[in-house]
Amino acid sequence: MGNIINLSKVSKIYGTAVKTQVLYDVDLAIKPKSFNGIIGASGSGKSTLLNIVGTLDRPTFGEVEINGIRTDQMKKNDLAKLRNETIGFIFQFHYLLPEFTAFENVLMPHFIKGQKFDKRMNDRAHELMELVGLSKVKNNLAGNMSGGQQQRTAIARALINNPRIILADEPTGNLDSETTEVIYDLLRDINKKLETTFVIITHDRRIAEKTDRIIEIKDGRIYNDFSRI
Amino acid sequence: MKLAFRIALRFLSSNKGQTFLITLGIAIGISVQIFIGSLIEGLQISLLDTTIGRSSHITIAASEKNEPFNDYEAVLNQLSNQVEKMTPTLTGGAFIKTDDKTNQILLRGFDLASADQIYRFSEAVLEGGRLPAPGTNEVLMGVTLSEDYNIEIGDTLEILSPAGQLTEIKVVGFFDLEVAAINASWVVSGLDLSRTVFDFDENQVTALESQIEEPFDSDLIATQMQTDVNREDLRFDDWKAQNEALLSGLSGQSTSSLMIQVFVVISVVLGIASVLAISVLQKSRQIGILKAMGINDRTSSLVFLFQGFLLGILGGLLGILFGLGLLVVFSKFALNPDGTPVVPIFINYRFMMLSGLIAVVSSTFASIIPALKSRKLSPIEVIKNG
Repeated sequence: MGNIINLSKVSKIYGTAVKTQVLYDVDLAIKPKSFNGIIGASGSGKSTLLNIVGTLDRPTFGEVEINGIRTDQMKKNDLAKLRNETIGFIFQFHYLLPEFTAFENVLMPHFIKGQKFDKRMNDRAHELMELVGLSKVKNNLAGNMSGGQQQRTAIARALINNPRIILADEPTGNLDSETTEVIYDLLRDINKKLETTFVIITHDRRIAEKTDRIIEIKDGRIYNDFSRI
Repeated sequence: MKLAFRIALRFLSSNKGQTFLITLGIAIGISVQIFIGSLIEGLQISLLDTTIGRSSHITIAASEKNEPFNDYEAVLNQLSNQVEKMTPTLTGGAFIKTDDKTNQILLRGFDLASADQIYRFSEAVLEGGRLPAPGTNEVLMGVTLSEDYNIEIGDTLEILSPAGQLTEIKVVGFFDLEVAAINASWVVSGLDLSRTVFDFDENQVTALESQIEEPFDSDLIATQMQTDVNREDLRFDDWKAQNEALLSGLSGQSTSSLMIQVFVVISVVLGIASVLAISVLQKSRQIGILKAMGINDRTSSLVFLFQGFLLGILGGLLGILFGLGLLVVFSKFALNPDGTPVVPIFINYRFMMLSGLIAVVSSTFASIIPALKSRKLSPIEVIKNG
């Protein structure tokens, strides 16, 4: 089976006057349906790597292939469409839209996709909220929920368009350890049930150890790559 | 498109205080624009009415000064469908004799029925008087003239033409046309009396006077009439050619009113643009996350265009209400001693609709810069910087 994510010789340099190289010739291939953890010290380049995979940022050099499509030279609006349909994001700071309710936030990627909102979609959104344990607060505005609830909303939102890939950047970074555990079990569960590919950045080695593969980044290079499958 | 509208609506409704302030800003700007515009328009209409409301807009007279011309009825008939109000007049300088004095006056013979439409003598006649009956020697006299020479209603006087002919006239009333020079010199009679005094033929008059619907088109219509009538012996004078000072005053007033309105609208536009530009900064996190989720650049800029559009509609409607309120208050409280408004206000609904439209167009226009900013915003900046 082919790789769902393929990075070859990806470098990233920030700045024009003062150049800072963050990634050095990174080669990375991720298999479909796998559950991957990326670890590394802060400033090691792991977030930059994830942002490049998520097509939010472009590599300075090198090639990026998502789901078999070269993305490093695609146009902005095409990338937006690709992100909407193929990739779900879960960020450390939830990044919900505070003007909308939890339910509306979950459906936002569907609205962006521009498809109509029918009963099937309504049921799916309810199902997903149930899955992440949010049925009770779905009509709360995003700002009126606890950190854990917001993060669960973000997870449901990442799933709504049935993406093949979910990218998460320290999704439990500001949650207590108990909630962290619950969220990871949830992600793992989704990975198994829906066969979604996960790439998760984490600080927490205990969490990383629960993944299929641990990729350690150090000083912009892959320092260690350990796979259990 | 629908999504952008929905997000715009939610952004506006979730920040009610800010939305209210911008709407109020637009509304006040538009209401001032409506108020100034209507005030100046009212001023102009009343000024124009005072100045040319009771005078001829286009006067057809013989090319040779102070001479009558023939076949006026043919011209009158020919032009009757072009001009609403037209009246023949036989006018000339003459003298009236009171006691032992002889005084210069202007005898104006009119077809009183049609002349009344222009000069509204019947409204200007003072108490106790009436209009002269046609075919008699009855006359109306300017109120100042009567006071100067102690003439009373019912008096019989003699009028002396420049040719030396004496005719007896009977005063049946005084008028006040609110113009000192007219009140002090005009003696108004029927056409027949004037014809007798000056000894003109049956088909002769000295001028045809007319009023048209759109006074500012008088030069164009006068030229058109000249072409249609095509008579060498006639000249067509319009009021504009004779009132250049007034016209330049009016146009100066219009220009300054327009300038004030333009600057009010510009300040409204700048206000909206700056507030929306700040709101892009406020919402950059939301725009960034929407872009990360796959919203395209067009939709992300439409969100701000719709906000401008919605604010324009709200502000425009509120502005029209405020403007109407200001006008009502002004016409109720700024009064002359006799209780009439200082400036009569004309409520021009088309102008108000236009102002509302200006509010919508200008605030949508003002949201272009924020929309472009939103378009340029890259999701990675938001993700990286929180």
